[in-house]
Amino acid sequence: MNMETVINMVLLSLLVVTAIAIVRIKDLFAAAMLAGIYGLLSASFFVMMDAVDVAFTEASVGAGISTLLMLTTLAMTGRFEKISGNYRPRLALVLVALTGALLIYGTLDMPAFGTAAAPVHEHVAPRYLNDSYAEIGIPNAVTSVLASYRGFDTFGEVVVIFTAGIGVLALLMRAEKPTPRTQTPTASMHEHMVLRIVAKMLIPLILLFGLYVQFHGEYGPGGGFQAGVIFASAFFLYSMLFGLSEARKVVNHVVVQILAALGVLLYGSVGIVSLMNGKNFLDYSALSADAVHGQHLGILAIELGVGITVTTVMIIIFFAFSGRNQIEGEKD
Amino acid sequence: MLANLSIHFPVLQVVVPLMAAPACLLLRQRGLAWGFAVLAMLVAFAISVALLYQVIAGGAISYALGGWEAPWGIEYRVDLLNAPLLMLVSGISAIALLAARTSIENEIPADRHTMFYIAWLLCTAGLLGILSTGDAFNVFVFLEISSLSAYTLIALGKDRRALWASYQYLIAGTIGATFILIGIGLMYVMTGTLNMADLAQRLPEVSSSRTVFTAFAFFMVGVCLKLALFPLHLWLPNAYAFAPSVVTAFLAATATKVAVYVLLRFVFSVFGYEFSFSHLPLQEILLVLGLLGIFAASIVAIYQTNLKRLLAYSSVAQIGYLILGISFANETGVMATLLHMLNHGLMKGALFLSLAAVVYRLGIAQLDQMHGLASRMPWTMAAFLIGGLSLIGVPLTVGFVSKWYLVSAALENGWWPVAALILIGSLLSVIYIWKIIEVAYFKPVSATTPDVQEAPLGLLLPMWMLVLANLYFGINTELTVGVSQLAAASLFGGAP
Amino acid sequence: MSEFGLFNYWVVMLLMMIGFYIVIAQGNLVKKLIGLTLFQTSVFIMYISLGKIEGATAPILIEGVTLYSNPLPHVLILTAIVVGIATTALGLALVVRIKESYGTVEEDEIHAKDESC
Repeated sequence: MNMETVINMVLLSLLVVTAIAIVRIKDLFAAAMLAGIYGLLSASFFVMMDAVDVAFTEASVGAGISTLLMLTTLAMTGRFEKISGNYRPRLALVLVALTGALLIYGTLDMPAFGTAAAPVHEHVAPRYLNDSYAEIGIPNAVTSVLASYRGFDTFGEVVVIFTAGIGVLALLMRAEKPTPRTQTPTASMHEHMVLRIVAKMLIPLILLFGLYVQFHGEYGPGGGFQAGVIFASAFFLYSMLFGLSEARKVVNHVVVQILAALGVLLYGSVGIVSLMNGKNFLDYSALSADAVHGQHLGILAIELGVGITVTTVMIIIFFAFSGRNQIEGEKD
Repeated sequence: MLANLSIHFPVLQVVVPLMAAPACLLLRQRGLAWGFAVLAMLVAFAISVALLYQVIAGGAISYALGGWEAPWGIEYRVDLLNAPLLMLVSGISAIALLAARTSIENEIPADRHTMFYIAWLLCTAGLLGILSTGDAFNVFVFLEISSLSAYTLIALGKDRRALWASYQYLIAGTIGATFILIGIGLMYVMTGTLNMADLAQRLPEVSSSRTVFTAFAFFMVGVCLKLALFPLHLWLPNAYAFAPSVVTAFLAATATKVAVYVLLRFVFSVFGYEFSFSHLPLQEILLVLGLLGIFAASIVAIYQTNLKRLLAYSSVAQIGYLILGISFANETGVMATLLHMLNHGLMKGALFLSLAAVVYRLGIAQLDQMHGLASRMPWTMAAFLIGGLSLIGVPLTVGFVSKWYLVSAALENGWWPVAALILIGSLLSVIYIWKIIEVAYFKPVSATTPDVQEAPLGLLLPMWMLVLANLYFGINTELTVGVSQLAAASLFGGAP
Repeated sequence: MSEFGLFNYWVVMLLMMIGFYIVIAQGNLVKKLIGLTLFQTSVFIMYISLGKIEGATAPILIEGVTLYSNPLPHVLILTAIVVGIATTALGLALVVRIKESYGTVEEDEIHAKDESC
């Protein structure tokens, strides 16, 4: 056994232990935190599997955004799960056992883990590795496939995020309140003076890092989605320390919504421009006389669209949830 | 310019509503958003008509997105199987959207109307994307666009039970989508490709492997959850009963049909007739589940007093007919299924829009409040009557045409008991439709009947467009029957 | 790493089934969504494992390296992660509204309230 195998074994065992702990624990705060840990562990596993872009995303989503939303929700819905209940765990167990058995049965004819001669690596994938540099001109093959070869999937992905933003808004949006409530800040301002000063220094750094991730995706792991999450987290930090209404002053919610729409439209417009120049939808080579240069421009533009929409939708979702939390607090 | 543009119709079909959605958010004002959404849907409908005629004239159209040829890039592929469905989805979406402006006035708070229209466009674009794409993973992406927006649309219903129904649908839908994702992953593992035509070529080599069997099983279970095949239908009745009325009309007429399309596409084009029907007992499973669905759901429908819920159970029964047609595994059977997908879309659209009018005036579509309603709302109830006759399968309506072919397909296999069961199933629908007609037409107006007027034109016009379509395509069957016949023949002819 | 064989996949399937179990067996609506996240994340692990080649490196093309892991599963899962968080966000928004209008987030209590009215 080499070192890598040992690390994989350890990570997989930890994943199993975490999953079982989530099943058993009745404290939902703990369950949400454990789910965050599960996300982090799988991100580490992705690194071992050479999927650095995926690891980056899973870490920010699984351990970051997702946990944050769960905890915000739990603050409103209650921390503990009801102990007894007349559920039928036995029926569920039978169903799960059958499904699992079918899955195991299905693996029996699968090529063994890690073999290079498996069909997965033979038919479509070699082109991405062998020709993408000549065709698209960037070293990160994941970005090439994501943004160009399968750019339409990524367009769909941006629309999915946008849809989630619309859905959360439609469900949690409050009626417009013209008078902004002045809430608490002065007291906590003094209490957390150190935090605030540190945060004030941190936020520009986070934004800078976001910019780096946004524009470095062609060369290393990163891209619009990851950058969007990082940008959004700078705002989360700001609003946690300075209060929601302060944060709302910095980012007006109408502007945020408009930007979310513009990000999607920017992505789509790149496709429309390709049409106008006589090529197919999202064929970036239509953007410049030199095909590879066109690809480069196209990827830059659509990644920007992704970054804008992801940042703004994350802010929309965060504000919608924590805004609801405030109302909840007032009622009590 | 237009001639140039026409080669891009396959992608514009999806992209027009998809990009109209964020554009609506820029407009903000709800009246403007509605007008713009209607405009986008009319354009999308026009494109679908043009596409259908392109396909009839020149055969299947392939479109390489990003200019990358399949299987490296994503391919859109419009052929005789999906072109009529593109027309159905965009047509019904446009007509129901026309009715939406009036209908949601009383059902959804005004500040959410813009979000409602945006979600509507996204849902339509998602469904159209599932139909157009020739890439297995792209199906998953657009499935999620349509699903997430559908959960939103349903949750906007005014009763709190809409929230609970939407949550249950979200759980069931996501389990379904994850099963589909597992299925796609296992197909990919054995073939190294995601393109459907390419999969169809490469799967036969490995078709005897246990992995492909498992892939097929997971994909099918996932799709059947989405299309609400009995007994995986539990999410559907509440979702349809408590969603805003126009949303029910739209989803009932389109969403489950699109899932049936995915089933057909994978069973016949991707895995192939050989694999699906000779390696597996698929025929028996579908036959039994189809028949059980027809009877169980029809009987439950008879006992319902909330009409939206009643028709929702009737939808589960109708899905049974669609699945039955596939289980015959012959050309006529599949053709009957295709035809019934279109026809059922038209009849359920008309029926649910007439219920939308009832809800608009009465606030709820409850049987005990509808005594003698036909005298108060004659046009609405006439629309319901014709839709109901179509559902039963009375001659001169679309329902008759599809039942006719379904019965002939059963007889073609020599399965006369099944043919008899189909007719008995229709009798059950006579019972639940008659129950409503009796109350609305033959009971005197009673104290419980609210004093209401006929529905406004904003609802009546879209409703009657669909009613007339039920009659027109019931009498002139040339287009629908012709296209379905050709499509079924192409599915049995081998290559997609 | 070939001594791993299929064992790796079996552990991943076990993880998937634990997530699936939480979704269908537990009655708390937030817990169900946690289960759903677990189920989906485990499917992602399956996909990413499929793309791994023993001894290969991450698919960022560098001079002198010839063996890379397969980038396609990575791309698919990037999309799927985004779909997953979108679903979770919408699901949680529904839970918040359900709590506000039903006063509970336990499945059986919601059923009981719907029965009684």
